[in-house]
Amino acid sequence: MYISVTRDKCSGCGVCIASCPYDAIVMHEDRARITELCQLCRACLSVCPEGAISEVEDGVVRKEKGQGRGVWVFAEQRSGRLAGVSLELLGAGRRLADKLGAELSAVLLGNVERGAQELICWGADRVYLCDDPAMDTFNDEPYANVLSELIAQYKPEIVLAGATAIGRSFFPRVAARLHTGLTADCTSLDIEESTGNLLQVRPAFGGNIMATILCPHSRPQMATVRPRVMKAAEYQDDKKGEVIPVKPVKITSSTRVTETVMEVSEVAVNLQDANIIVAGGRGAGGEKGFKLLFELAETLDGSVAASRAAVDEGWIPYRHQVGQTGKTVGPKVYIACGISGAVQHIVGMQSSDIIIAINRNPEAPIFSIATYGIVGDMFEVVPMMIKKIREIKGL
Amino acid sequence: MKIVVCVKQVPDTAEVRINPETNTLVRDGVPSIINPYDLHAVEAALQIREAAGGEVTTLTMGPPQAENALRETVSMGVDRAVLLTDRLFAGSDTWATAYTLYKGIEHLGADIILCGKQAIDGDTAQVGPEIAEFFGMPHIAYVRKIVEVGNDRIVVQRLMDDGFDVVESSLPVLLTVVREINVPRLPSLKGKMAAKKAGILKLSAADLKAEEENLGLKGSPTQVKNIFAPEAKANRKVLSGSMEDNVAQLVNELVEMKCI
Repeated sequence: MYISVTRDKCSGCGVCIASCPYDAIVMHEDRARITELCQLCRACLSVCPEGAISEVEDGVVRKEKGQGRGVWVFAEQRSGRLAGVSLELLGAGRRLADKLGAELSAVLLGNVERGAQELICWGADRVYLCDDPAMDTFNDEPYANVLSELIAQYKPEIVLAGATAIGRSFFPRVAARLHTGLTADCTSLDIEESTGNLLQVRPAFGGNIMATILCPHSRPQMATVRPRVMKAAEYQDDKKGEVIPVKPVKITSSTRVTETVMEVSEVAVNLQDANIIVAGGRGAGGEKGFKLLFELAETLDGSVAASRAAVDEGWIPYRHQVGQTGKTVGPKVYIACGISGAVQHIVGMQSSDIIIAINRNPEAPIFSIATYGIVGDMFEVVPMMIKKIREIKGL
Repeated sequence: MKIVVCVKQVPDTAEVRINPETNTLVRDGVPSIINPYDLHAVEAALQIREAAGGEVTTLTMGPPQAENALRETVSMGVDRAVLLTDRLFAGSDTWATAYTLYKGIEHLGADIILCGKQAIDGDTAQVGPEIAEFFGMPHIAYVRKIVEVGNDRIVVQRLMDDGFDVVESSLPVLLTVVREINVPRLPSLKGKMAAKKAGILKLSAADLKAEEENLGLKGSPTQVKNIFAPEAKANRKVLSGSMEDNVAQLVNELVEMKCI
């Protein structure tokens, strides 16, 4: 199949040129002409006011699979360590790449020991590696410059990053420069079958509404994804891939980091790494309720989280907050006690493997996402659980 | 020192819902507020003015009624308020919004541009860095403290996921600020009087000499395909035995998952 312009019909208006995500249409003797850059995306077919552009079926498959185009993941590092979200994105990126019949690449800026090989084991077919001291510390301008140049050179379809302080800061610069779309904080990514476009689902209005965003006429399609939303693919020890060294370009920066201070509270780390989380909401009623939840968490070797309602009441510090305005977590088991299940909370914990809900109100929305629900008073249920668990553990 | 603060009038998101029958946003009766993060940006600007002198201008893009948000900033003590309003701006995504604000700031001139870290209706945090990119000026996102402001450089603390960085930058620069940076002042009585009388400068696409293909829906690379109410997983299993049995069953599940 190929795309053809009927010269007699073409008025030379140029509308199609603007519609083409691949810059594959040029003006030739006052008429549009499709060049070999065409990816058969069909974006131009509907925009031509004269109906001069059509697809011609000749039985030849021209869009080869696995060309340089494909799905890219920005592999974030800080202090020489890969961010967990980058590995999760490789899992998501792998699925998208397989659907498109394309390759999955990672872009790593800065030095990470064995970093490129690690990214390959986590699913990348190829790693663009810019191992230059100027890249070790994050600064927006050089990061944006190097990534923009790489994108311009290799023209990926999709570029993803973690919705971290780093990803959310410099990705907008890249999108602005390339005049392409960027969708923040996606909770689900998929390929639209009919067009091959990326379907980007994200919460809006504080999580009260979900929206599906498309970027149909510009490339690449860029998106950020919050940590703990996607699942990493399985680590493959023996996976082989290609490492392409990248020369740093335009690495001068108007900003300079003079000091880096680590001050992650232990709670934050515990929450994001916890297998089991016991969470309380307005139904916990106060500090006394949370004392009970801490006791349950202790018997399960878990951590304690809270809904915004409980934090706003001052029963527990903000660093425990899970939800749209707090942390996103994805433990094996999430036990929600006295949490009604407002959307703003649910978006922060819905990727938990098992959700247990304990609430007095049988109509509470939390029950609609719970794997197991108990309609009852947490002040009755939780002590019974603690007793039972202690019996089993022989305490 | 010329300081421009970008603000946005947003619906109070706690009140926004979807009409399940039409799958459209219910906006009726939803109060409009100034994006809360932007109030911190205004406060930061006023503090810089107090320390280093200069002039603070607030800028917004929106429909004519966005003027109310601007008046609120005048009541806090800003010197001037500017509204970018034009039908051509309608339907802007973050790219087109940033382009429009960039043209507005270019028109006004600025040494420091301040934005809230994100707006609570979209939560994208993209417009600030995109404005900086259009100017080709540096930006620092998630600023939690302004340490030092000089004539040609600034030192700030930037919030990171694992702590904070101390970052210095040349001017002009764009900063986006988080809530920790300050407590926004309340309007004074004098400020409220001034806000009533203040003239709001209104600029259109033509005033900005903006390129039309970069504006509004036309200039926006992203499109909203559809909106929907968040869906619930359909694996609801409410335990309905006696409380003793329910707890026993739950704990058994935990044992089987090797959590105990």
